[in-house]
Amino acid sequence: MAKQLFWEDVEVDSEVTPLPKVATRQMMVKWAGASGDFNPLHYDDSFAEASGVGKPIVHGALKRAWLIQLMTDWIGDQGTLKKFACQYRAMDYPRLMKTTSEPHEGETWWCKGKVTKKYVEGDEHLVDCEIGVENGKGEVTTPGTATVILPSRG
Amino acid sequence: MAEKALVTAEMMSQIGTESEDMVLEVEKSVVKRFVEAVEDPNPLWQDEKYARKTIYGGLMAPPNLLCTVIAGAGGGRVRVKSSTPRRGGVAGGDDLELFQPVRVGDVITSRAKLVDIQERVGKDGTRRMYTIVETTFKNQKGEVVATDRSTSISW
Repeated sequence: MAKQLFWEDVEVDSEVTPLPKVATRQMMVKWAGASGDFNPLHYDDSFAEASGVGKPIVHGALKRAWLIQLMTDWIGDQGTLKKFACQYRAMDYPRLMKTTSEPHEGETWWCKGKVTKKYVEGDEHLVDCEIGVENGKGEVTTPGTATVILPSRG
Repeated sequence: MAEKALVTAEMMSQIGTESEDMVLEVEKSVVKRFVEAVEDPNPLWQDEKYARKTIYGGLMAPPNLLCTVIAGAGGGRVRVKSSTPRRGGVAGGDDLELFQPVRVGDVITSRAKLVDIQERVGKDGTRRMYTIVETTFKNQKGEVVATDRSTSISW
């Protein structure tokens, strides 16, 4: 893993290291298997159409998992995620597959965040962040917030 | 256009309903499938040799694994029963609080409670039903490791 981040290393407005993700129909299927969420909304065209979302959409819980990874990558092994919230405000549509392992050209999603508050409570060195998943057009489809405990150099 | 309300008295009377307990053992293979689907290569989830040298001294589970896998398995959650089927639904949002790290090997028991049902009219005039469910996760020592307040939207 990357170098450990310490509480002293961040300031308000510091950027959380961005994380790129490419959602594909194949990833939807893998996620369905891993999470146990077999809602056909995420892989069946006619079902998604009839539900009123157009085409199969990316699972909200997968976008949450991306945002959690954004945070756990950034805070390192010695950081702790304390609170996390996100809202699935807009639909995201995965890329289709070109080969058995490669997706077609298309959208890349970016998980991003920045520090909004830095404080100490009891013996915890805390940082609040504003986070979100941005689609290929730069729109935040999944905004959220996170509170993390970082180690302190003391 | 006046539409019939989505949320009925029959549904509202279910607020407060709790699920059965659901038990999940956090096995290495469950974590592996999960992080592979996310494409999260963090060695703390999968590399035993690496994990042993960290402050945890062993493999850990990503903080959101519980609420995802337990909810997906269909247990530990409550569904609103209704005599009028809805056309579609999506996840609205999640609010997690994490109190204890979860280790590979932990045995987690979860219970969900239907805490609220609301009806809102969107900008396009469509009526939507917001269902709010709170789930509590405890480890084998009886400690609350996490809570998840999750909103789903249906129409």
